[in-house]
Amino acid sequence: MNEKTMLDDDHYENVIREESVCTSENLVYERPETLLDTPLHYCPGCGHGVVHRIIAEVVDELGIQEETIGVAPVGCAVFAYNYLNIDMSEAAHGRASAVATGIKRVLPEKYVFSYQGDGDLAAIGTGETIHTCNRGENLLIIFINNGIYGMTGGQMAPTTLPGMKSTTSPFGRDVKSMGAPLKITDLVAQLPGTYYVTRQSVHKPANVRKTKKAILKGFQFQKENKGTCFVEVVSNCPSNWKMTPLESNKFLEDQMLPFYPLGDLKNPERKEK
Amino acid sequence: MAKAKGDIVIDIERCKGCELCIEACPQDALEVSRQVNKKGYLYIVKVEDTCTGCESCALVCPEGGVTVYRVQNKKKTQVAQVKNITSDINITVKE
Amino acid sequence: MKELKLMKGNEALAEAAIRAGCDAYFGYPITPQSEVLEYLSREAENRTGMVILQAESEVASINMVYGAAGTGKKVMTSSSSPGVSLMQEGISYIACAELPCLLVNVNRGGPGLGTIQPSQGDYFQTVKGGGHGDYKLIVLAPSTVQEMADFVDEGFELAFKYRNPVMILSDGALGQMMEKVELQAQKERVTMPGLDAWATIGKPVNRDHNVITSLHIQPDKMEEINIHLQKKYRTIEENEIRVEMINCDDAEYIITAYGLVARICTKAAELARDKGIKVGVIRPITLFPFPINEIAEAAGKVKGILDVEMNAGQMVEDVRLSVNGKVPVEFYGRMGGIVPTPEEILEAFEEKLLGGAK
Repeated sequence: MNEKTMLDDDHYENVIREESVCTSENLVYERPETLLDTPLHYCPGCGHGVVHRIIAEVVDELGIQEETIGVAPVGCAVFAYNYLNIDMSEAAHGRASAVATGIKRVLPEKYVFSYQGDGDLAAIGTGETIHTCNRGENLLIIFINNGIYGMTGGQMAPTTLPGMKSTTSPFGRDVKSMGAPLKITDLVAQLPGTYYVTRQSVHKPANVRKTKKAILKGFQFQKENKGTCFVEVVSNCPSNWKMTPLESNKFLEDQMLPFYPLGDLKNPERKEK
Repeated sequence: MAKAKGDIVIDIERCKGCELCIEACPQDALEVSRQVNKKGYLYIVKVEDTCTGCESCALVCPEGGVTVYRVQNKKKTQVAQVKNITSDINITVKE
Repeated sequence: MKELKLMKGNEALAEAAIRAGCDAYFGYPITPQSEVLEYLSREAENRTGMVILQAESEVASINMVYGAAGTGKKVMTSSSSPGVSLMQEGISYIACAELPCLLVNVNRGGPGLGTIQPSQGDYFQTVKGGGHGDYKLIVLAPSTVQEMADFVDEGFELAFKYRNPVMILSDGALGQMMEKVELQAQKERVTMPGLDAWATIGKPVNRDHNVITSLHIQPDKMEEINIHLQKKYRTIEENEIRVEMINCDDAEYIITAYGLVARICTKAAELARDKGIKVGVIRPITLFPFPINEIAEAAGKVKGILDVEMNAGQMVEDVRLSVNGKVPVEFYGRMGGIVPTPEEILEAFEEKLLGGAK
């Protein structure tokens, strides 16, 4: 530990912390066990870290660490397996749901999920996404939509907003020549194979709680063999949106959410009530 | 109802100073420190003693870097069990 | 209990997959191999509970194989040339991640959409790579319907022994023609022992999590992986060469050919012997590992070699490397789905190695 850190630690210890509060019986929130110690490689403020943590929390709360197999995509989350302490398979670009199908078909008793970005799931992997959902594979697809290719450096994604600038739409996305953003979550909600389709975000504490409930449901429905569960998380990309994390969350709320409104697109359990 | 009494511990070496927790904190208890951590980030510190242990900062933290404590009185422990969202869901189902 | 049947090559292969205790097949229809998927769809699930899934594409099939093979199950797919081209990215991932699985290419004429007739135009793709990066498949080349069946079980054995994808390189004629085939007894579908070391089957508390990946972003680590793979391929070369030498002991000339063509060449060699020319046939059964030494040794005893293939000359490059200039190596091939006759092979042999008909 360097000197500066120590100085500040002292400051922190002396001025603020009340030892009586920080006891194991008062502990209400800590990093889930299934999230490994490894520091995340994501840029500051990136939503990936939150969703990783949520998955780990749900796996811990359901006690299914031994029965869960995840599939990582190609994209920023390609290293998801470095952070989640569960067996994982790294898929080729766009093929995560096919890889997940292969795993689930031979291990039908296990919990299987894929974790994919917008380029992976809604551009190169559209075919696999649609057909996995159409067959109603009993697995959970977690779809992180930040409207941009993060890992390759900010190119236009299938979900980039109209008029939004990227390195390959430097003058803004022109829907006449580049097509309109693909609302693939709306598409898969139309398929009989999907059981639970929802769109959430993680930019505010209340939204984080909702996303966690959605992912929890996704795993629970999988246990009941209900069909494909699809959780879209509208997320941010401060680095490639060229914003601070706080600005990116504001952009998400002001620009992304009107185009990608939050809420359940398909939830049979709710209708029954 | 009296304010709950809470505290947090920030793992400053995980912190990347994104400030999302500062914005999320309803008590305005957090600030950017003037020092950097080993990775060179200006990390976040708690500067006000107003924490209620509401978990907001921990929920939005992309690094899983916040541990939250909240003083438990008997009444609260019976009612709340806030941490476990699973039990929330179970309650909903019963309804 | 062994059983004798008259079957199509594709169906014999499918039946053998069931009997080998295969756990899952993921495939997509393409002529001339669709019978594999069709046969398995109607036979497999009821008999052994084997998973059969018609995927939305060959791309999806191979990635389903990747996922399922990562759990250590006996998994396979089959296709024909254009479909196998689509699978190449996935095959490269499978080879790098060292996943055991069985792939089948019922080769048809190309390039492009080509024809649906038999061809050996995919030798380079199968043996030299096909996908990106330095990797090798173990390649088995059947020449009979019997071998179409036998190589399934043998392929799985090799795949698991070396944690390497195995390709059966067949062709449209072998897939479609019917022959007598002796089928092996039904094997149990068993989960292989020792899977916990690498397979993604769910992490027990007492071991680290397993990760199936082909991504090693640090170059020194990636080189380490490559060195490991190359070492494995050398071991395979040392131990797994299979080759059939037909009437080579007294031969003055050799014909090299693989798969179905080797059978036609055997007939051509007989015709030559009828004329008093002593011709033997060397049939590589494994195309990787390639029988370099066997061919080199034989080359030392003969006056010349003719390589015959249903392509523009692909294996002939490996034959020439094996012979290393000792004797002339000539080539005769037909392309686009044409199967050569014994008579035309004999004629080509006489013209290219004897300077005209004898």
